[in-house]
Amino acid sequence: MRIFEIAAFAVRGLTANKMRSGLTTLGILIGVASVILLIAVGNGASSAVQQSIAGLGTNILTISPQRAQPGTTAKPLTTADAAALVGQDSPAVKYASPVVSAQATAGYGDTTHDIGQFIGSDPRYFDTTNSAVAQGNLFSDNDVQQARKVVVIGATVAAQLFPGLDPVGKSVLVNNIPFTVVGVLAAKGSSGLQDADDLAVAPLTTTQNALTGYGGLTQIVVQARSADALPDAQAQVTTILNGRHKTTGTADYRILSQDQLLTARTATTETFTVLLASVAAISLLVGGIGITNIMLVTVTERIREIGIRKAVGAPRSSILGQFLIEATLLSLFGGALGVAAGVVGSRFTIAGIQPVLVPSSVLLAFAVSALIGLFFGSYPASRAAKLRPIEALRHE
Amino acid sequence: MSPVIEVRDLRKTYGSGDTAVHALRGLDLTVQKGEYIAIMGASGSGKSTLLNILGCLDVPSGGEYLLDGIDTGEFDEEQLSLLRNRKIGFVFQSFNLVPRTTALANVELPLVYAGVRRAQRRERALAALDLVGLRDRTHHRPNELSGGQQQRVAIARALVTSPAIVLADEPTGNLDTDSSREVLGILDRLNATGRTVVLITHEDEVAAHAMRTVRVVDGRVAGVLV
Repeated sequence: MRIFEIAAFAVRGLTANKMRSGLTTLGILIGVASVILLIAVGNGASSAVQQSIAGLGTNILTISPQRAQPGTTAKPLTTADAAALVGQDSPAVKYASPVVSAQATAGYGDTTHDIGQFIGSDPRYFDTTNSAVAQGNLFSDNDVQQARKVVVIGATVAAQLFPGLDPVGKSVLVNNIPFTVVGVLAAKGSSGLQDADDLAVAPLTTTQNALTGYGGLTQIVVQARSADALPDAQAQVTTILNGRHKTTGTADYRILSQDQLLTARTATTETFTVLLASVAAISLLVGGIGITNIMLVTVTERIREIGIRKAVGAPRSSILGQFLIEATLLSLFGGALGVAAGVVGSRFTIAGIQPVLVPSSVLLAFAVSALIGLFFGSYPASRAAKLRPIEALRHE
Repeated sequence: MSPVIEVRDLRKTYGSGDTAVHALRGLDLTVQKGEYIAIMGASGSGKSTLLNILGCLDVPSGGEYLLDGIDTGEFDEEQLSLLRNRKIGFVFQSFNLVPRTTALANVELPLVYAGVRRAQRRERALAALDLVGLRDRTHHRPNELSGGQQQRVAIARALVTSPAIVLADEPTGNLDTDSSREVLGILDRLNATGRTVVLITHEDEVAAHAMRTVRVVDGRVAGVLV
């Protein structure tokens, strides 16, 4: 009964100054909405990364060079290493594709485009990365042997260089070296942190000739005969490479399986999510300080009213309650609107990422906004409640 | 019959050291139930301080104050707020109505804090407004009422809880002659129905309504005029 009356006083207090209440609410709204939205964006990015890695298939091992221990020299990964990985000693290995990657700028006519990833490999690379061709053809083993200047481009590169045109058969300049486009890959979509379609794949030999030179490989991608054969394949690959590199102690290469890759990438996107969430949390905090500020102003402005209420017998607790309820209502209302804004906002694609709502973040942001009202409202409210009636009444 | 107000050696000091101001210096006063008392004195004599302490809006620095036989000295703020609510009706010179709130809601306010139910609250508030002749102004806000009407609302608020005493601090100080006459008439009628009234004034005509006049000089009672 009594709490209801006090809540009614609080509502009357808020509606008496709608503009101010509205602006304070807006502060909380922005805080809550950004917490929900940014966590959804981070979550969307990480699920996109997971999908793209899952798209690689479950029977892939990635071998990359690693810096040697002090005092030893690291042997680079070579095409010969890749070739040696397929044979009698490694029955679990199906393919091993050598991979080099380069920075490259492609040009067609007046248009130029910095390609995200320029990769040199063999035709098996398309199989292991689950890349399908949308137009034209992939290059062949023969193209690799002959070091023909042919390239298969991703959907983004095609869209950038050949808007409205069929790229197949056209000649592009890659770092001023002409390549013939033989095919366009089917779009895979963005994986959040990088655009999986912003790539071009050329024969390994051509890429080494034209762009990277004959140094070490960037990677060797190994495909095991099946997902179950993966541990065997990893053991066999390790034995062969240790033999070839005469490894003692720490190896100068490292083998990552699909799972490990997933873990590594997920860790990266989790960091990204935490970063986004902390930025959002700061804005929520700023909103909370806004509430304190407004409530302090409100208390100061209404000291006389507080004095009147005390003079007619309002106990400390009811004054405290009235101002706490005012602050909590402000933040709850802002929180509810913020949840609505966050949920609506997460339906749109943001910076190429489709946000994925995390229900617990919605709950958390809302709960925090309610607590913010209590927490940041308690100081002004207790100041109001502690006033002596005669001091409050004399206040002008 | 035990007195409603019994004050012994009441002292009130503001500040400390050299700058200390002694507003009350050992004041004694007894008010019997049903009395109508006017307190007079020059400004700075301590009469307002006295009334604020009687109304439990302020606490004395020394001395005793028994309200309705209860020693208020041992009360904490929570218990004092209860006393203000149940035992005291206070009328201010500057009305002190809650702004942007209807006359009815203003009169209901003490009853809300007393925990009276809605229907009964409304009934009692309307009866109090009826008593001060403002039954037709229940839904007006303070800024829509004249000074005299505002003061009558304030009186209705002071008496709605049926307090043991009604304290009025220069209730006619801000009012014109006609409004003053109405307000004093209401206070006379309240006293006639048995309510104890203590008011501060510096006008002899106002003091003439009271049964006796207490003169305060330099924080002490200088004389009683019956």
